Amino acid sequence: MLYAILCYNSEDVVGSWTKDEDDAVMAKLSVVHDKLAKQGKLGPAIRLLPTTAATTLHKGQEPPLVMDGPYAETKEQLLGFYVIDVSGLEEGLDFARELARANPGGAYELRPVGLFLPGSVVT
Amino acid sequence: MTDITWIDGALTSARPQAVGALLRYFRDLDTAEEAFQDACLRALKTWPQNGPPRDPAAWLIMVGRNTAIDSVRRRRKQEPLPADELISDLDDAETALADRLDGAHYRDDILRLLFVCGHPQLPATQQIALALRIVSGLTVKQIARAFLVGESAMEQRITRAKSRIAAADVPFETPGPVERAERLAAVAAMIYLIFNEGYSAIGGPDGVRAPLCDEAIRLARLLLRLFPAEPELMGLMALLLLQHARTAARFDADGCIVLLDDQDRGLWNGKMIAEGLALMDKALRHARPGPYQVQAAIAALHARAARPEDTDWAQIDLLYGALERLQPSPVVTLNRAVAVGKVRGAEAALAMIEPLASRLSGYFHFHGVKGALLLQLGRAAEARVAFDQAIARANTAAEAAHIRLHLDRLIKDSAGDGAPASSQA
Repeated sequence: MLYAILCYNSEDVVGSWTKDEDDAVMAKLSVVHDKLAKQGKLGPAIRLLPTTAATTLHKGQEPPLVMDGPYAETKEQLLGFYVIDVSGLEEGLDFARELARANPGGAYELRPVGLFLPGSVVT
Repeated sequence: MTDITWIDGALTSARPQAVGALLRYFRDLDTAEEAFQDACLRALKTWPQNGPPRDPAAWLIMVGRNTAIDSVRRRRKQEPLPADELISDLDDAETALADRLDGAHYRDDILRLLFVCGHPQLPATQQIALALRIVSGLTVKQIARAFLVGESAMEQRITRAKSRIAAADVPFETPGPVERAERLAAVAAMIYLIFNEGYSAIGGPDGVRAPLCDEAIRLARLLLRLFPAEPELMGLMALLLLQHARTAARFDADGCIVLLDDQDRGLWNGKMIAEGLALMDKALRHARPGPYQVQAAIAALHARAARPEDTDWAQIDLLYGALERLQPSPVVTLNRAVAVGKVRGAEAALAMIEPLASRLSGYFHFHGVKGALLLQLGRAAEARVAFDQAIARANTAAEAAHIRLHLDRLIKDSAGDGAPASSQA
């Protein structure tokens, strides 16, 4: 069974860590990652960049509306996510608009990825 | 289970919001600061037992406000003639706080707090010191270290800044759109000042000022979160990140300056660059260019170049041209000349900076750039004069040492077989 683990914490608090504190946490995490990876159980892991770097495509309307910042509504639930490799925000938005045409309603938040660990799970 | 690191982080990140709100209530920096300190002490006592509150900032504001009101009331009983202006809105102290707490007030509270610290009537050094003390919560000792002055001198500087603020007229009403835009611009300028103060001194003794850069980035991030659709704030944030990303490569093991072209780009911080570039992408969508965006675009061109020879100097020349139109300044022209030197040669660059001589005669980089250009043209004697002038105006030991390297080479060349100095350009 595949599970996604979604990581929540206060961006302010984590952002106020010094580099040493951040490195220490990442080092502790990587011990856990390695253990799971050795068992072939670790899929891709991602650390997102801060929400200030996010852009949101609201697709409940036609044409969808692009707004700066993260998706802040609480009425909807997180149902899934994509990882795409594009030249920049514009290409990312183009792809998101195409997805929106196929599946309107809700929103897509585009958030740049800061750290990408590909993992080793084969399905 | 609430560990002290978490509490520490929560208090730091709640600080601008909490002090900003307390300043709105009490209209006095000292009272707001004391109220916040009291609330923090209370938090350190109760949070480990009861667990952290859902909204640490709201908790701190409420507790800070109540303790400050209590102490003002106590003072009122002792003093027959109370100073009413000490408290701006004692009357509605009992009204439900909840609705005010999630109001849009927060945004303007933080902006006001930053604006007060970066008040145009304060000299730059006082602005920075005050912001670091009040908004960032650094200790006087930390700030004194960052400025390389004694603790009591820094204490005095901050006290002077505070009394100037008290004397200045700071409007506490919710600002209108024009005023808000003006405050934003002033605050952005102050954040850039803090960053530059740190950036220019990194590589000094122990790199003690590096925290100033981190702090500036934190403040810029805070501001951008409050005003998420302002392209100039995206530009400022991107500029700070793209410049700070190079920190590890800017100095060698001996603390000597490593020029951009010679830096080990593998040492650049990829995560900061990624964030900076993402912010530039966001800003570009707005098609409302401004000085921070243009400077960030220049930094982005450097960041995108895998090797120095991949740098798009022609584009950088154009961007500096745009910056000259947006924000004319001899320093911008000097920077443009460096790009021009790469694109059209040292002769053209030298012609460009010569008219700046009178305005930039006291500026280290002017003489450094001039010396390097003269050296490229094989005019060794003139280059030496320029380098001597640069050393006399160096701001840090690392700057002076960097120029001295040029001079040493010049002296070696002239003492040797007379090899043309231009060979090392």
